[in-house]
Amino acid sequence: MVYQNENCFRLNDQERSYDIDVYMANGGYEIWKKVLAGELEPAEIIEQVKASNIRGRGGAGFPTGLKWSFMNREAPGQKYIVCNSDEGEPGTFKDRDIHRYNPHALVEGMMIAGYVIGASEGYNYIRGEFWEPYQIFKNAIEQAREAGLLGKNILDSGWDFDLHVHLGAGAYICGEETALLESIEGKKGQPRFKPPFPASYGLYGKPTTINNTETLASIPMILAKGGKWFNDLGVKNAGGTKLYSVSGHVNSPGNFEVRMGTPFKDLLELAGGVWQGRKLKCVIPGGASTAIIPAEKALEMNMDYDSIANAGSFLGAGSMIVMDETTDIVKVCRNLSHFYWDESCGQCTPCREGTGWLMRVLDRIIDGKGRPEDIAALKDVSGKIMGNVICGLGDAATIALTSAIDHYEHEFMHYVEHGCSIFDRK
Amino acid sequence: MVKVEINGQVIEAHEGDMLIDVADGAQIPIPRFCYHKKLSIAANCRMCLVDVEGAWKPLPACATPVTDGMVVRTNSPKAIASQKSVMEFLLINHPLDCPICDQGGECELQDVAMDYGEDVSRYTEAKRVVGDKNAGPLISTDMTRCIHCTRCVRFGQEVAGMMELGATGRSEWMEIGTYVEKSIDSEMSGNMIDLCPVGALTSKPFRYTTRTWELKAHQGIAAHDSIGSHIQVHSKNDKVMRVVPHENEDINEVWLSDRDRFSYESINAEDRLTKPMIKVNGEWKATDWETALQVAIEGLQKAVGNDIGVMASANSTTEELHLLQKIARGIGSENIDFRTRQVDFSADAKGFHTPGLATAIADVEKQDAVVMVGSYLRKELPILNLRLRKATLKGAKVIAVNPQAFKFNYDLEQIADDNGMVANLAGLAKAAADAKGDNDALLANVTATDTDKVNAEALINAKNSIVMLGQIAQSHADYALLTKLAASLAKNTDSELSILPIQANEVGANLVNFLPANGKNAAQMAQGMDAFLLMGLEAADFTDATQAGQAFKNAGFVVNLTAFDSEEARQYSDVMLPIALFAETAGTFVNINGNKQSFKMSVKPQGDAKAAWKVLRVMGNMFNLAGFDYTHTNEVLREVLDNRSTTLALAHLDAEMVSANNDSKVVMVAPYQMDAMVRRAPSLQKTPDANVATMVGGQD
Amino acid sequence: MSTKTNIIQGDIKKRIDTWIANYPEDQRQSATMPALRIVQEANGGSLTNDLMDEIAEYLGVPPIAVYEVATFYGNYNHKPTGRHSINWCNSISCYLRGGEELRARLEEKLGVKPGEVTADGKFSIKKVECLGACGGAPMCQIGKDYHENLTEEKLFKILDELE
Ligand SMILES: Cc1cc2nc3c(=O)[nH]c(=O)nc-3n(C[C@H](O)[C@H](O)[C@H](O)COP(=O)(O)O)c2cc1C
Ligand code: SF4
Ligand code: FES
Repeated sequence: MVYQNENCFRLNDQERSYDIDVYMANGGYEIWKKVLAGELEPAEIIEQVKASNIRGRGGAGFPTGLKWSFMNREAPGQKYIVCNSDEGEPGTFKDRDIHRYNPHALVEGMMIAGYVIGASEGYNYIRGEFWEPYQIFKNAIEQAREAGLLGKNILDSGWDFDLHVHLGAGAYICGEETALLESIEGKKGQPRFKPPFPASYGLYGKPTTINNTETLASIPMILAKGGKWFNDLGVKNAGGTKLYSVSGHVNSPGNFEVRMGTPFKDLLELAGGVWQGRKLKCVIPGGASTAIIPAEKALEMNMDYDSIANAGSFLGAGSMIVMDETTDIVKVCRNLSHFYWDESCGQCTPCREGTGWLMRVLDRIIDGKGRPEDIAALKDVSGKIMGNVICGLGDAATIALTSAIDHYEHEFMHYVEHGCSIFDRK
Repeated sequence: MVKVEINGQVIEAHEGDMLIDVADGAQIPIPRFCYHKKLSIAANCRMCLVDVEGAWKPLPACATPVTDGMVVRTNSPKAIASQKSVMEFLLINHPLDCPICDQGGECELQDVAMDYGEDVSRYTEAKRVVGDKNAGPLISTDMTRCIHCTRCVRFGQEVAGMMELGATGRSEWMEIGTYVEKSIDSEMSGNMIDLCPVGALTSKPFRYTTRTWELKAHQGIAAHDSIGSHIQVHSKNDKVMRVVPHENEDINEVWLSDRDRFSYESINAEDRLTKPMIKVNGEWKATDWETALQVAIEGLQKAVGNDIGVMASANSTTEELHLLQKIARGIGSENIDFRTRQVDFSADAKGFHTPGLATAIADVEKQDAVVMVGSYLRKELPILNLRLRKATLKGAKVIAVNPQAFKFNYDLEQIADDNGMVANLAGLAKAAADAKGDNDALLANVTATDTDKVNAEALINAKNSIVMLGQIAQSHADYALLTKLAASLAKNTDSELSILPIQANEVGANLVNFLPANGKNAAQMAQGMDAFLLMGLEAADFTDATQAGQAFKNAGFVVNLTAFDSEEARQYSDVMLPIALFAETAGTFVNINGNKQSFKMSVKPQGDAKAAWKVLRVMGNMFNLAGFDYTHTNEVLREVLDNRSTTLALAHLDAEMVSANNDSKVVMVAPYQMDAMVRRAPSLQKTPDANVATMVGGQD
Repeated sequence: MSTKTNIIQGDIKKRIDTWIANYPEDQRQSATMPALRIVQEANGGSLTNDLMDEIAEYLGVPPIAVYEVATFYGNYNHKPTGRHSINWCNSISCYLRGGEELRARLEEKLGVKPGEVTADGKFSIKKVECLGACGGAPMCQIGKDYHENLTEEKLFKILDELE
């Protein structure tokens, strides 16, 4: 059987799950109170988080416990905890639902994380289009404040913590953590060159820890039930549960919280299977920035880091974009390349110049004006972007495309040779 | 120290130094565009990617700190592949219009493309075209050529302290510019031309005049302020085509003020005087040197015994000033002066004080507190202001006592209210005196405010501090008093006292004693003399230009050594002798730190104009004065080389407190009205700094 | 600089001030984005240079710093929009589920292309990248509201019900 909704989504079947009453009736804020009462030391929390084996849910998969241990809690001066709810990666829509269904888990997670790293201020960066989730989250902050769980000298602990929101305004790049910090500072969202890393030079130049929404919202349950509990839900190298956003050619798209290591087949089934009775062609498993996996491999893989890597891709943010057998892969690539071209921050040369190049060549191929050398050029230009850029966006722009050419070169060739797709044979 | 291996060569470096600096030090070439040693690191062009052992991807040398044992290859196949990739990307949207681009021949993109570019572009899609906006009279833009290195943007933010340019939009349609039509108004804007690696920002005055490889470069010293910035004069066929900075870390670093950069336009001005001229029966006649000099000498000889006024611009060379005072004294005149904008000469009674900056220019960056008395330093001495700006960025406190608040490009405290400069400075001095228990009689009736106390405290607590008097103080009706108050403040706060020389060679003028020891000062001469011998001066150089012009007109005989022929000069002169301008002559300027900086002739003087020192040498001989047999400026200089600056006047300063607020009598001078040359530089004249009203109010 | 507009007052000023207070005291620049959004809303959906100048002056930042931000982020408009701005998701999941075809129907119905405003000033269409609601593809945002699982019928009904 497939276990569902054991962590972030555990309240989803309750009415008004976003209310503090519901959250507290289900054990919410107990951990926060324990922390404030001094019953859970920062070091112990980090131990539990490490034991849980939770890896960052924003896409890069960096171990969260390790990240937190980089911060020197006792260092003087302001520090910040920042939550990344920018959720711009095509195919990803899980953090939106955390805000809608379980905002208090995020509030509590941020408060705990802030306490652990010694940050008395937190910012949740929510993409500006998420107006409804923002309202719900804002309300949650107010409720927590009214309950005396947030503010100055919380529950007489001597600890202050305040939580703020910053709203994005339509720029995918702000999901990149240093671009996000620039954005909070009121600037363009252009990634900073690292080093220095945010742990030493972050928001307003102060030490900062940035985590994804799902990562932070997972923390209260990890501490409530223990790191080991969480770890054991998953598989080796991938503790716990994960939110998978399933979209594309399935009958019932949506978010599914299942255990790490759940077979892809089962997840596909939860999403109602491939729509219109068609067969699976391929899947992008981790959001638009990850490589395409053809059906044969996909149907054998499990939903965890290692298994997906074995299948030739990356778990990323856990965003399954499912494509049925009628999908024109060249047009898919064109759509994706438009995204990266549109969203490039424009700062570094290979990404600024290269994303447009890729898009224009694909445009031309689809227009029926492709040339045989174009396919090699797409690969070559991709190779010239990859690794030569400041942040992951430039790299990401090349990944799905390169994998598409690897698996479906004949579809590209068909365009070049016949001026049309394999599906509308002239 | 750590050891780094670059291309097999082991180099010692400081931990944390950037790889590119370490490689530069070892003369290992790494291509770059966005990197500039005077700007923050952007790492956006990606041209400097190198291969570092252990890193999966190439790293930008400009932003990668070295660590011990690091092994780097700048020329491995991986590094070269990355560099070539970046080059290809940079060129796909570049117009490649080198044949019509002013940067051609000195374009960093062109240079690097030679080494890393491919001959044929595979990019056959449509190229980006970027619309241009008018960025003002000095900078010409062609933004389609921009490679988005953001050097110009960073310069504005970090150095000029004015964020005028930005990168708007994103992705491919990111554009560098002002976004709205707006001229770039910084007094340092021309530096962006140098910083721009391609032909996107070029010099508007220079535009389309020459191909850069046709230019000859000559070392020089800038002639419009006392900083003595090092420059290169670029000429073609003996014509000055442009002026650019020459790096000198101690003085101007790599920068140049717009005034020193664009003043050269006047060398080629239409109204250059190219022939000696004499007035015969009220009619002007061009003539030869011999005749003109003869007329000049005879005229002056006739005036000997009467009051002859001898005045010169402080932008003249030391040699010229020395010879001119020698002639003056030789023919018995002690009426010698260059201080045409000063009005209060009461301190002269006790002797003279050579102006100068008490610390090295570079050390201004290290100050913790600075009081500026009567100065819009930003416009007076832009390079010094830049150093002071750096000090403020490190936390220095700057206090300005001025007749009005100015738009400085850093945070400072401006004391500029109706009490006036004297009262405000006195309050500050009083607070310092009180803190030190000094019963300075001058301050007996002064009370210090709480702000004064806080400010005085800051000065006292500062490790390094300066009290400096600028141009506004020096042209103030209570200059002597301001100086005395400043001296008291400096003494009680352990600060250095600096009277800032403004023009290029005020210090030199002092050293050669181009001063009226027993004669009339500039203001007195401007009230009327029997005859004048003028060099490089015009009525507009005087605080009261009308009065000065009238005095020249009323004089019986006026010999005018001038580079320019003007209607006004024709009205009051009897002889006009065409002299060379700074790039056309050799000589020495003594800068704000007392550095004697000699320079050679870059181009031949226009027409029959001659270097003034040569003219004066002949005149000395024609007057039969001894010691005028020089053959080289060096010989002139040698006579005055050991002359020392004096601080006589300061020690004996004599001034009474006044209760009047005389600030309103100050006549401010816009930077591009400072001397005859800048007044004739058409491009500078089109900017806000060409007149006081827009200098003060017209910029943000 | 003198501002030609005077929009930051009353309620608008109060809302911007609330955002300024959201950041450290010496970080007024942080409020650039909320200020742009609030002013844009108050101005009927788009910004002008004068409005951006006013924001710059109010926050004490150079105007170009505000222009940079206002032109970097996709949600700021520099041309007038309709009363109801339809942000049409163009990205992959919506594409896979017929987003392009539906947008074509929308353009037909309204008689405008992306970037244009209907003659009555009621609607404008803007193509945007992934709105983070791929599970409800095809979808769009009208004003602040998300509308998901769109069909032609559903979409047209929504439009018809708008004032
Ligand atoms: C172009 C780009 C976009 C990104 N977008 C997001 C995002 O929308 N949400 C997110 O949480 N992380 C995003 N990331 C990853 C973040 O930079 C960062 O790794 C993450 O927020 C860290 O949190 P985690 O360790 O909890 O995953 C993005 C990274 C890149 C390079
Ligand atoms: S890779 Fe693209 S998005 Fe990232 S810094 Fe470079 S230009 Fe900006
Ligand atoms: S010089 Fe290093 S990235 Fe531009």
